[in-house]
Parts: sequence; C-alpha cells; structure tokens
Amino acid sequence: MIRTNQTPDGQPKIGVYICHCGMNIAGQVGVEEVTAFASSLPNVVVARHYKFMCSDPGQELIQADIAERGVNRVVVASCSPLLHEATFRQACAAAGLNPFCFQMANIREQVSWVTADKDHATSKAKALVAAAARRVALHQPLERRRVAVRRETLVVGAGIAGIEAALRIADSGKKVYLVERDSSIGGHMAKFDKTFPTLDCAACILTPKMVRVARHPNVELVTLAEVDEVSGYVGNFTVKLRRRARYVTGACTGCGQCEEVCPCVQPNQFEMGRSQRKAIYRNFPQAVPNWFVIDYGACSGCRLCEDVCEAGAIDHEQEDEVEEIQVGTIVLATGFKTFDPRILPQYGYGRYENVYTSLEVERMVNASGPTGGQVLLADGSEPKSVAIIHCVGSRDKKTNPWCSKVCCMYSLKLAHLVKQRTGAEVYNFYIDMRTPGKGYEEFYDRLLEEGVQFVRGRVADITDWPMTEAEEGKLVVRAEDSLIGVTRRIPVDMVILSVGLEPQLDAHQMRKKFNISCSSEGWFLERHPKLAPVATFTDGVWIAGACQGPKDIPETVAQAGAAASEAIALMDKGHVEIEPNTVEIDEEKCSGCKTCLGMCPYHAISRDDQKGVAVVNQAMCKGCGTCAAACPSGAIRQHLFTDEEIYQEIEGVLSYV
Amino acid sequence: MDKPKVGFYWCASCGGCEEAVVDLAETILDVVEVVDIVFWPCAMDFKREDVEAMPDGTMAACFVNGAVRTSEQRAMAELCRRKSQSLVAFGSCAHLGGVPGLANLHSRQSILQACYGDGVFTTVNPDRVVPGPRTERPEGSLELPELDGEVKRLDHCVTVDYYLPGCPPPVKLIVDAVTAIVENKLPPEGTVLAPDTALCHDCPRLDSKPEEPFIDRFRRPHQIPIDPEKCFLTQGLLCLGPATRSGCDNACIQGNMPCTGCMGPLSGVRDQGAAALSAVASLMATNDASQADRVAAELADLAGTLYRYGMPSSLLFKKAEQDRTGGVPCPSE
Repeated sequence: MIRTNQTPDGQPKIGVYICHCGMNIAGQVGVEEVTAFASSLPNVVVARHYKFMCSDPGQELIQADIAERGVNRVVVASCSPLLHEATFRQACAAAGLNPFCFQMANIREQVSWVTADKDHATSKAKALVAAAARRVALHQPLERRRVAVRRETLVVGAGIAGIEAALRIADSGKKVYLVERDSSIGGHMAKFDKTFPTLDCAACILTPKMVRVARHPNVELVTLAEVDEVSGYVGNFTVKLRRRARYVTGACTGCGQCEEVCPCVQPNQFEMGRSQRKAIYRNFPQAVPNWFVIDYGACSGCRLCEDVCEAGAIDHEQEDEVEEIQVGTIVLATGFKTFDPRILPQYGYGRYENVYTSLEVERMVNASGPTGGQVLLADGSEPKSVAIIHCVGSRDKKTNPWCSKVCCMYSLKLAHLVKQRTGAEVYNFYIDMRTPGKGYEEFYDRLLEEGVQFVRGRVADITDWPMTEAEEGKLVVRAEDSLIGVTRRIPVDMVILSVGLEPQLDAHQMRKKFNISCSSEGWFLERHPKLAPVATFTDGVWIAGACQGPKDIPETVAQAGAAASEAIALMDKGHVEIEPNTVEIDEEKCSGCKTCLGMCPYHAISRDDQKGVAVVNQAMCKGCGTCAAACPSGAIRQHLFTDEEIYQEIEGVLSYV
Repeated sequence: MDKPKVGFYWCASCGGCEEAVVDLAETILDVVEVVDIVFWPCAMDFKREDVEAMPDGTMAACFVNGAVRTSEQRAMAELCRRKSQSLVAFGSCAHLGGVPGLANLHSRQSILQACYGDGVFTTVNPDRVVPGPRTERPEGSLELPELDGEVKRLDHCVTVDYYLPGCPPPVKLIVDAVTAIVENKLPPEGTVLAPDTALCHDCPRLDSKPEEPFIDRFRRPHQIPIDPEKCFLTQGLLCLGPATRSGCDNACIQGNMPCTGCMGPLSGVRDQGAAALSAVASLMATNDASQADRVAAELADLAGTLYRYGMPSSLLFKKAEQDRTGGVPCPSE
C-alpha cells in the first residue's frame, strides 16, 4: 500500500566510502570486498576505500565525487557516529551537499573490534553498508534552526549558591530573578557562626554578598515566593511565581517595634524551635530584605503592630500573588535539608532534652542565636562534657547510604568551638575521619593537639540509665571503640548529633516542574558526573550547590560560578541551534487520540483542543522518537528516522546477510 | 451514452460484504439507475464464460471481496482484473486478508489435518480422505481448486486500484465510491476510499481519555459491565480505535463495543497490529518491567486481537524471504 523509494531531488546518486582506520578496520574486514559489494548496490554510483576517511585527503575524496560525479547521498563506513559524524557532515556541507544527506555505518566498534572471524566481519560490514545505502536514499535535506535566547535568568534558592550565581550573572549585565521561599535570603550559611577550616565568621563573609545581591540593579529579589509552574524551553521559559503574602510592605524600616508589641508567641523555626518568636518576626537581625513578616497562622489579628508602625508598613489585607516572568536560563540552587534524627530513637533526640542536632548547636554558638553564643544545657548551665556523634543519618543502609561530606569537618569545628567556649571535655565518635580539602587535614591535626577526644566506632545508643555513680544524671554514650576493641560507656552532659544532608522534601516536585532528572534519593542529576557537573539533561537549566549532592561552601560557590558562567555564555551567544532530527505531526492524519501526550520526556507535545490534534514544539523536541514510536496513526514523523528509513535499514541488513 | 458497467465478485469471504451491497436497500435502485451490473454471481445468474466473453476492460469497476486462498480464486481475481478498468478490493478480506487470514498462523498441512484428519469426528468421511486438486473415489474422480500455501490479500495476486475497507464496508463509503466511479472523479490509484484519520478523531468518548499513561489492567468485554460513556481503554478493554481508520460512523462504539480494527491501518502505518500494540504499551501506567509483564499477560489472544483483519498484511513471517523471492509470506509446511 505504501509506495515509496522516491527521493525528493530525483534519482539518488550514492557514494559509499569504506575506511580502513589504519588496521583497525582493514585488519579484520575485507575492505576491498566490501567496496566491490557496495558498488553493486542500487543507486550507488561510486564506492571507494581509503586508509583514513576522516583525514583531509579522505574527506576530499567525498567532496570531489560530489563536485565531479554528482554524488547526492553519502555513506561513510568507519567508526561510531559519535566520533566523526560531525566531521563528515561538515565535509558534505563544504562541498555543497546538505549535511543530512549523509549516513554513517559503524564497521569499527560494531564490526572489526567485536568479531573474531574475518569472513563474518566482512559479511557483517556488508550488511551495515547495505542498510546505510538503502536508508540514505530516502534522506531529505534538512536545516538546523536557531531559536533566540532571552537575557533574563531565574535563580531558584537564595542560599550561598543562589546568591553567588545571581551576582555573577547580574554583574555580566543580565537581569536575574532571585527567588527564595523563606522570608530572608542566606540559606543554611546564614545560620552558621564560623566556617571550617579557617574559622572565619560566616556572617562576615555572607552578609555583604546578601546586601549586594539585594541592592544590585540587575537583580529582582523575590522572597517568600515559590515557582508554581515552568513552561517553554531553552532560551524562552515562562515561569509562574507564587508570592506569598508578607503582610508587611517594603516600607518597613526593620525597627522592630511591632515585634515588641506583638502578643502572639510561636516556636522559632529558624532556631529549629529551640527558642520563641512573635507572630511578626524576622529570622535574624541582618535578614535581607530586612523587612518583618507576619506568620498569619499565629497572628491573633489584634493589629497592635499596625498601631505602632511609624512607617505604615503593615498591610493585613495583602494576598498571595501569582506573577508570570519570562527568562532565557534557569539556575537551580535549592539546597538541602538536614536529616531528622527522630528516625533513630536509640539516640534519644526529642526524648532527652540535652541531645541536640548539629544545626541547633550551630545556632547556639552563634552570637545572634537563642543563647547569644553560649553553649548551654537545657537547665541553663554549661556542659562539662560533650559527645559529638558523627554520621547520624549518613553511611547507613537503614537511613542514607551516602557520606554527607561536610559532617566530619563541621563536627571538628563544633568540637573546637564548644571546647573554646566551655572548656568541656569533648568526645568525637566517628566511623572514619574524612578530611580531604585544602587545610582540612591540618584542622584535624589542630583539634588533636587541642585535646579533643576521638573514639573510633559507631554509637550504639544513648541512655540516661546509670550503671555507676559517675553516670548519675548524665547521658551515657555506649559505643564500640574499634581501635582498642572494647565497648565503652562514656557519660556526658550534652550530646550533639552530626546530622547528615538530605535532598529537600519537595525535590521530586521541583524536578518535575523543571523537567530535570533526580537520582532515586532526590539529588538533582547532572548531565555528566565528571564532564558536565552543573548542566542538566534539560537545556537551559543548570544546578548548583547541595541540591545536586552534599558539598561544602567552597565547592558550592565554585559550582554556582560554573552554572552562572554557562548561563551567561548561552545568553551572550544569543541563540541556540536546534538539531533537525525533530518530529513533525501531520495534522491531517492526527486523530487527536492523546497517545503521544504523556510520552514526551521533554514536555514538547501538547494538544490543540480547538483543532483536536497534537502539536509539537520544535524548540523543545530532542528527537528521542518516543512519540513517533507510540503514534498509532503514523501521523508523527521523525526526521532522519522515518518509518520508511528504518524499514529500509532493516531490510538492508536482512537482505544481504 | 451507455451506463458504466460494474461487477461484484467474492473470493474467500463470509458473504457479509454481499450483505453490505444488499444493505444499500433503496439506494441500490439509484445505483442500478446509473450503472449496469454485468456480473454478480451471488445475486444473479452469471457464468464464468459470460465474463470471459467480455472484451477486456468492459467493466468500469469490479468490486471483489474476500481473501485469496485457492487456485480458482486466483484465476477469478485475474479474470476480473482483465475485464475491468478499476479493480476495487472490497471489504477487510480483500483489503488486508481479513479473518480468513488468521489461517496464516497455521500451515496448510495442519489445516487440512484439522478438517479431515484423525482428530475429526465424522460419519460422512470415514476414510479420512483429504481432498486435493484431483481426488479419485469409487464414485468417480473429483477436480477441486487447489488450496494455496497461505491466505493472500487481493493485491498480493493482482494490481488493485482502490480499497474499500471495513467488515463489511459501510454503506456510505460504498455509495461514495460508486458515485465517484460514475462521475469519474476517482482519486489517485492505490487510495483507500476512507478517511485517513483514526477512529479516535470521531469517537464521542475521547474526552474521557486521559493525557497521561493510564492502562493498569486489561479485561475482555464479557468480564465487566461496560460504561457506555467512557473510553474503552480506560476500562481496560483493548480498543483498536487509535490505530484504525474512521469512516464507520462509530458503529461498534455506538453499540458499546470496542473497535476491533476492521477499517485497517492509516496510510502512514505499515503494520496495524504493531502500531496498536506500540500505542497500547505506551499507554501502560507503569514503568516497572515486572508490573508491565503482569498487565500485558492479561491480554488474551494477541495475534487474533491485533491482526483480526490483517494477518496477511503484517510484517510477521519471513519478511526478508519475501523480499528475496518476491513472493508473499508462507509458513513452512
């Protein structure tokens, strides 16, 4: 029923070129025999073999045949298309032939390198050449298309990664929308007192960046906001932002009078509930933006704040707003969350009041934290002995199998700070000390010299059940000391759980919104673990920082810079080239049966409800062919992979073996 | 001017296509008004010799239904071809091979064995005689058409100009085709005289079909009360509507039964069963292989369901052999 085998520009004249690849191919495949065979194939006007087809003289063979013998279809039988498809396409184009009137047969990786017998290799090479020659006869001339790239960037998450990326991009003259769901930017780093291994003040290095990004003329800072929906494609994304009501306008001076009069008290989430805050609050004094925010769930509606606010910044009538923005590129820097140690009841978190998470102690040692920088027990006294338990929720098949990478170092930092502030005896319970990094091992050495105790072994449990007098009123850490081969009971006043890093709870929703991939745990997946660490499989979307996996601040900043520079480079180039192996939908044939709609991993297909047909966005189509395979009407046609081309290829293979 | 002459002939068919002509009811009078029926062995007394006596190309069009399985059918197909200007493959069997085409799942030998062999209870053929082209019996010798090795579509044997799909073809399409012949407004040769969009396009249940993969189980029509409003696929019933031409006015859908695919594939599809299977597999809700296997195992009689009307048109059976020899597929005996 299907009558084909016609080509768009008259009779195909195929040139077939068999590469020796030195002895890589010629040592195993009878190249002369394959060449003679190729010249016998239909529509083949010339067949040649040559030592290295990818060399200049090799390419010139093809070009001469195009010019002199009117070759209008080219087959090169050589290595993998991954290596030299671009080379030969360019050679064809330089000779005036459309580069897509070309097909490659891989007779090296798929033949000479993987066959034991020379006759078998030769006949397999013939089959692949026949397949390529039959399909290339149907190739249509195709054009690459260009799509313009907008010069705005969306940066999601305003921790140190997001701030750094936003600053870099804004400095290059592009507009940045920096979106943060909390009321202030700064992320986890804003909670820290000191950073390892230099012990420089976290706020001292972070807050200047926070202020700079907020004041940057090219940055639009959007706090208390989340991304609702992303559509579009590289260079042309449409993003719906949901701004939650703050109930305090930008007129706020940050004077804090409202907070003083507010009668409603709530656990302070910024301090992990270890202190109280009012219903009108800000996370910390250097918050950026330095505007207060009303937690409406906690607000009694008394409006005392409105009465005292001299700036008139309180607006109880504010509502959530959805705003639509257009951006060309996206950087995701959504960070991490810490492991919740309630999952491990043996450590007593939530049951014993003197068991803290590392993040709680980070706040405790911070001068702006709930204790003003003092390390205190629940009863307000200073601990005389402190245990720091490493790898809580890390390196454990029962919780998370991965190493959270930063816990050894921050545990050392906390050990130092606790010892410095309280003079307490500090015990570190570790599995392995992992301190690779500039100055990290030296910091570990310093701690050893400071007299911090190190016990190598995983802690079994923490109990308040004393067995000796010395253990009365203490928390007893039971652990195996694997270096001396005994089980130890060490009574302490305070336990710090060095909790691991985990993906954000909504990582999978985010992944779907931005159409990128996640590892099964929820870490965003980079395009290549070594060679494309900040790119994703979706063009125009980059990732930076701990949303991709646990990492420390220097690494995070480096990634942010890398993501920013890739986004800048794309926006400076101003366009993207789209490969033409995309699909086209024949509206006449499409029945609108919806089969293809859920197939596209790139969300490139949608339904035109008015016409009742599927439509494909050429700029988003990656040419994976999933929809074309699913279409039961034959209405979806993929360039370079039409049904007829594939049938011809199959028949070519089957007919000559 | 003489009225155009037309003929109807049947090969391996059930007679349903002839019924479809009769179903034209009063319309047939309009047809007779404008054409002369010169050959219709089912309804009128014509002999083969009458047709042979016609000059070649006498009939403006000859409508041949049924698949081709015997030497006699082949000869008649060739005769009809010679005597007509346009040869129309009428109905699913002539178009695609039809239900008789499912016999291609078995060899000729095993079919004859099943019909005449030891396993069959019979009182009329106690000697288990397997009839052949020339069968000698005490009562005399019998000459019968030879049973071919496989069932063919009409266009496997002779060049076909047009195809009228359906089991049987819908009345409206028949009238349109006859009108086109009378008015000499025929489309390019090789055209299937039916819309080239799938049934979903016309289906009143399309709105209830989700946009995301949704199939989590398969059932057969007798196993559940069928919701008359909802897409059959959402009810776990295998409906071939997405892979089948429309033009039937949703006859089965209106009767609350899923499409079985009689109108055949769209012009861009070579293998209707493969296209339908690929679409249905794509619509399965799970990405888990073992779960998908469990769901797929609920599909009963895949070959008979997906290729109910088109086994001789499928890519199954020795595709390469067919190309090499120029022949049609033939399961080995």
